[in-house]
Amino acid sequence: MYLYSLTLQRATGVVCAINGSFVGGKTQEIVVARGKTLDLLRPDDAGKIQTLHSVEVFGAIRSLAQFRLTGSQKDYVVVGSDSGRIVILEYSKEKNCFDKVHQETFGKSGCRRIVPGQYLAVDPKGRAVMIAACEKQKLVYVLNRDTAARLTISSPLEAHKSHTITYSIAGVDCGFDNPVFAAIELDYSEADQDSTGQAAAEAQKHLTFYELDLGLNHVSRKWTEPIDNGANLLVTVPGGGDGPSGVLVCAENFVIYKNQGHPDVRAVIPRRADLPAERGVLIVSAATHRQKSMFFFLLQTEYGDIFKVTLDHEGDRVTELKIKYFDTIPVTSSMCVLKAGFLFAASEFGNHALYQFQAIGDGDDVEASSATLMETDEGFQPVFFSPRGLKNLIRIDHIESLMPVMDMKVMNLFEEETPQIFTLCGRGPRSSLRILRPGLAVSEMAVSQLPGVPHAVWTVKKNVNDEFDAYIVVSFANATLVLSIGETVEEVSDSGFLDTTPSLAVSLLGDDSLMQVHPNGIRHIREDGRVNEWKTPGKKTIVKVGSNRLQVVIALSGGELIYFEIHMTGQLMEVEKHEMPGDVACLDIAPVPEGRQRSRFLAVGSYDNTIRILSLDPDDCMQILSVQSVSSPPESLLLLEVQASTGGEDGADHPASVFLNAGLQNGVLFRTVVDMVTGQLSDTRSRFLGLRAPKLFSARVRGRQAMLCLSSRPWLGYIHQGHFLLTPLSYETLEYAASFSSDQCAEGVVAVAGDALRVFTIERLGETFNETVIPLRYTPRKFVLQPKRKNLIIIESDQGAFTAEEREAARKELLEAAQVGENGNANNGEQMENGAGGGDDEEDPLSDEQYGYPKAEADRWVSCIRVLDPRTGNTTCLLELQDNEAAFSVCTVNFHDKEYGTLLAVGTAKGLQFWPKRTLAAGFIHIYKFVDEGRSLELVHKTKVEGVPLALCQFQGRLLAGIGPILRLYDLGRRRLLRKCENKLFPNTIVSIHTYRDRIYVGDMQESFHYCKYRRDENQLYIFADDSVPRWLTASHHIDFDTMAGADKFGNVYFVRLPQDVSDEIEEDPTGGKIKWEQGKLNGAPNKVEEIVQFHVGDVVACLQKASLIPGGGECVLYGTVMGSLGALLAFTSREDVDFFSHLEMHMRQEHPPLCGRDHMAFRSAYFPVKDVIDGDLCEQFPTLPPDLQRKIADELDRTPGEILKKLEEFRNKII
Amino acid sequence: MQASDRFNINSQLEHLQAKYVGTGHADLNRFEWAVNIQRDSYASYIGHYPMLAYFAIAENESIGRERYNFMQRMLLPCGLPPEREED
Repeated sequence: MYLYSLTLQRATGVVCAINGSFVGGKTQEIVVARGKTLDLLRPDDAGKIQTLHSVEVFGAIRSLAQFRLTGSQKDYVVVGSDSGRIVILEYSKEKNCFDKVHQETFGKSGCRRIVPGQYLAVDPKGRAVMIAACEKQKLVYVLNRDTAARLTISSPLEAHKSHTITYSIAGVDCGFDNPVFAAIELDYSEADQDSTGQAAAEAQKHLTFYELDLGLNHVSRKWTEPIDNGANLLVTVPGGGDGPSGVLVCAENFVIYKNQGHPDVRAVIPRRADLPAERGVLIVSAATHRQKSMFFFLLQTEYGDIFKVTLDHEGDRVTELKIKYFDTIPVTSSMCVLKAGFLFAASEFGNHALYQFQAIGDGDDVEASSATLMETDEGFQPVFFSPRGLKNLIRIDHIESLMPVMDMKVMNLFEEETPQIFTLCGRGPRSSLRILRPGLAVSEMAVSQLPGVPHAVWTVKKNVNDEFDAYIVVSFANATLVLSIGETVEEVSDSGFLDTTPSLAVSLLGDDSLMQVHPNGIRHIREDGRVNEWKTPGKKTIVKVGSNRLQVVIALSGGELIYFEIHMTGQLMEVEKHEMPGDVACLDIAPVPEGRQRSRFLAVGSYDNTIRILSLDPDDCMQILSVQSVSSPPESLLLLEVQASTGGEDGADHPASVFLNAGLQNGVLFRTVVDMVTGQLSDTRSRFLGLRAPKLFSARVRGRQAMLCLSSRPWLGYIHQGHFLLTPLSYETLEYAASFSSDQCAEGVVAVAGDALRVFTIERLGETFNETVIPLRYTPRKFVLQPKRKNLIIIESDQGAFTAEEREAARKELLEAAQVGENGNANNGEQMENGAGGGDDEEDPLSDEQYGYPKAEADRWVSCIRVLDPRTGNTTCLLELQDNEAAFSVCTVNFHDKEYGTLLAVGTAKGLQFWPKRTLAAGFIHIYKFVDEGRSLELVHKTKVEGVPLALCQFQGRLLAGIGPILRLYDLGRRRLLRKCENKLFPNTIVSIHTYRDRIYVGDMQESFHYCKYRRDENQLYIFADDSVPRWLTASHHIDFDTMAGADKFGNVYFVRLPQDVSDEIEEDPTGGKIKWEQGKLNGAPNKVEEIVQFHVGDVVACLQKASLIPGGGECVLYGTVMGSLGALLAFTSREDVDFFSHLEMHMRQEHPPLCGRDHMAFRSAYFPVKDVIDGDLCEQFPTLPPDLQRKIADELDRTPGEILKKLEEFRNKII
Repeated sequence: MQASDRFNINSQLEHLQAKYVGTGHADLNRFEWAVNIQRDSYASYIGHYPMLAYFAIAENESIGRERYNFMQRMLLPCGLPPEREED
């Protein structure tokens, strides 16, 4: 089996983010590392974050830093990754990509203990960069300019220290003196030797300054001093005239200012009043704001509170350090303060946000200061505060993030054309159920009812130079309605259009006249109001029209074509007639090219399954240039001109070209290239769009030509970052559409469907999925579908949080104490229920989504079981588990006695603790029955078990449970579950159970899959096959009788299969291989499964699912990851495709090595050698290569670049 | 030191042990071995952000806190070393 791997949704979580002027000039951009991808973001003028560029690097990005050479206007990006190399990137505006300026190898690849890449620090003057590892190694590279002003990089200078752990590094701002780097270090050599523990207790963290002597080209340890043992983060303090220089050392509970030859200035970090005493306060992210006259720091704690830190200084002496409560936002992995007054907050989990500064924390708030620091016998006296609503920040935009995807199911619950992906995302109070649909999101601007059922709609401008449309014209079966667009849209009768007849086409003609084509003629309305009518000869009627601004072609019944042009006087003149062999099905003329008199091509579709290209040039007017036969009569044609592009912000190099698009009656969109000179057709592609014949309309998207295709669902064809994308819109079936531009809506679409007129715009181009979000209460763990009522049952649990009642009580107390609100916010209960949506932030000053749940002791758990109706998004039943119980597994089960019908089994643990040792008070399996038509749950009974039941599954009318290392079969009793059979021989902990016929596929937490059988006659469960490789399973899925798909903790996806002969033997053996099992050797099963597929995703896969995302398409394996990405693995069906793609992949590896220096093959084989998987993400980078390289690769494959692109498109279309 | 000594197996091994932390030797005891494995594991958890996030979800801590905890545990990953036998 060969698989094609493709990422459908790139990772949405953020590892780290930096800001700077990467494009060059005044604007500021943000570079975001999302694990395997590097994105360049920019907030636009409206405060919306736009993605300028996104590239997959096939490696793990661990750290980013930006620097600028003195006097330069542009920042460079330094990337620390798992490649064992330091990479310096520069963004190229012209090509819209990152260029690798330097790549220097210093060590082995992989995330290792002593290979640098984990930390990066740059000299604030951009003269040197330090790259460090968790332990021992630190390397300094000197950055400079050569005579041609190009960036140069030196060979590395070592600043190693053995037996030393590094916590953080930072550049120290010391103006133009020698660059200095600071590091928090901990020496463990003595602690490793001393068995009394004294050395370990005395182990002391040090702050060390390393000086790079630019004259001697040497790095030396300049200064080292003990610091607080809770230190974890360093922040550079501006120096060299702008400030006192030195560093801020962030430690647990403290922020300390330190510099060489300067006494410590220490202040406590204020604590939340409700924080348990044993918990510290740790700073997890920091941002610096610098202006000419002042600077301050924003430090965020692990609970989400941001503090503003300011330093009072006289020259180089710091007199006071102040920490003031600023605001509270969800915990971030990185924060960036932009010059334009924005704060970009990259959340650890859940959506990222862009905030605007309203104030800079000058108001009245809790403040801790070094001057008021009080030391008592128990240590320093804490300062307390309570979080409040946002005062200094206001959220203006957000970027959706699925991180982490906890569970996923692909189902078509809404009976739509394509299935929906239900994902459980997020953590704690920011958890949600997200329903993903492939396609672009549409925002509806207006819907208005019309007096009848319209069949067509157009928009028209009054003058070619107008920015906005003047009229919307709607055609009914026997009338035409004209609406004028202004402040409001209203019906008018003075437009000159004939309203007593249906219309076939309405458009602007010439510079300023309007044309209405109706079955009996053409009405030409001049700018001054004069009307010219052209009438059809005899009893013929017009059936089809094609027109652009200067040319009109009509088709009369019987197949006669008449061609008109606009004369110089502004008159519409008949030029030529042509008799077609039969009735015309559809026509189209390409728009007039810039600076030309006419367009050369007319496309005519006939009912004899052909499309002809006719010339409109005066010399060979109405000559047939080419003929294309198609599989079904064409319904609609569109000639789409793609302008020449030479890179820039939206695309790769490609010459101008004309595409002929045809919607066929069998629902296929047929697309072919028209030669600009000869009119010959070549390079055809077709794609099935839906059950109705697609109707094609031209539209504008981001100022470029695009195409709307209306089949049983609407699609948009547009060019995005060099690719032509054809994407469905998440909107209902439309009849007819036209582009729409007005004051309120620059690029919209007006469409008719049923008896309504709809105006909408298309959002967030380039996205694969759009999502509907339903908030949840705690971290979702798993969910199942209730088969009859199609409700979802979700289990959610969180460690270290208070129960809903306790939280409610604390909140009331707080509100009473603060005396907030005149009427006391009586609806708090509802707000906690279901989160009550994110829109209520203003009303509820302390929404849990923003502030997080108050922390409780680590051994306390909260958990709930929720029944949710996915159609309405309503929770119909929510059971909070009592008494420190937390739910971990769920399944539906039909016991064979059928007394209750479908029951729900939930596995829970009471008082579970992971640290210092995994302990629990008890485990339980709850059995619930569905009441109230499946909307609600009622407890039948609960059964105590000895471990955590992490896996439950129905099996032959009984319940299989994995409890620690025990696989047990239960039957339903009156008071409790009854043990029927068990097997205690599993190596570690059972985390998944799948069943098929009489086989049971058990996944172990550390030891991969075990294939088991149940013998009913002997009532015995036994393992007949297992895996030879230890795999730390995080997800598993049953593929077929012999095959399982699994994913491990290290980011690998793999398939194992029982060899055919072994499988047959076991099925044929009357004892079912039991005799052999009894002879099992070396504590293992007698048979071993074989690994047939292996692939390193580079991200922890949390769920696997086999599904088809397109109607009638083949199934593929979909996965969701902790970083919030979704991917698919599609099985190849032909050997030729495998050969083609493996060669393409090989050439791509050679010609286009990954950006951050990791070898592609080594990355995909990081833990186990990649086996039989083609990396589609690498292959899909083919269109981004320069054209000559594309041709070179294509030549080696004996194809044209066009054919390769077609193949790539074809495979993507097979998946989504 | 003679020129040939530079290439004998012992000096090569010493060189490796000095350069690559964790390279084993004949007298390595169980504790030292375990300490190395643990430190390597923690460094790997810290280096692989998705794994760090995975742990953070399990323990319901912030990723920053989880990273700090792992760094702290690198000091004494396996508890106190056993008492040395006098030799």
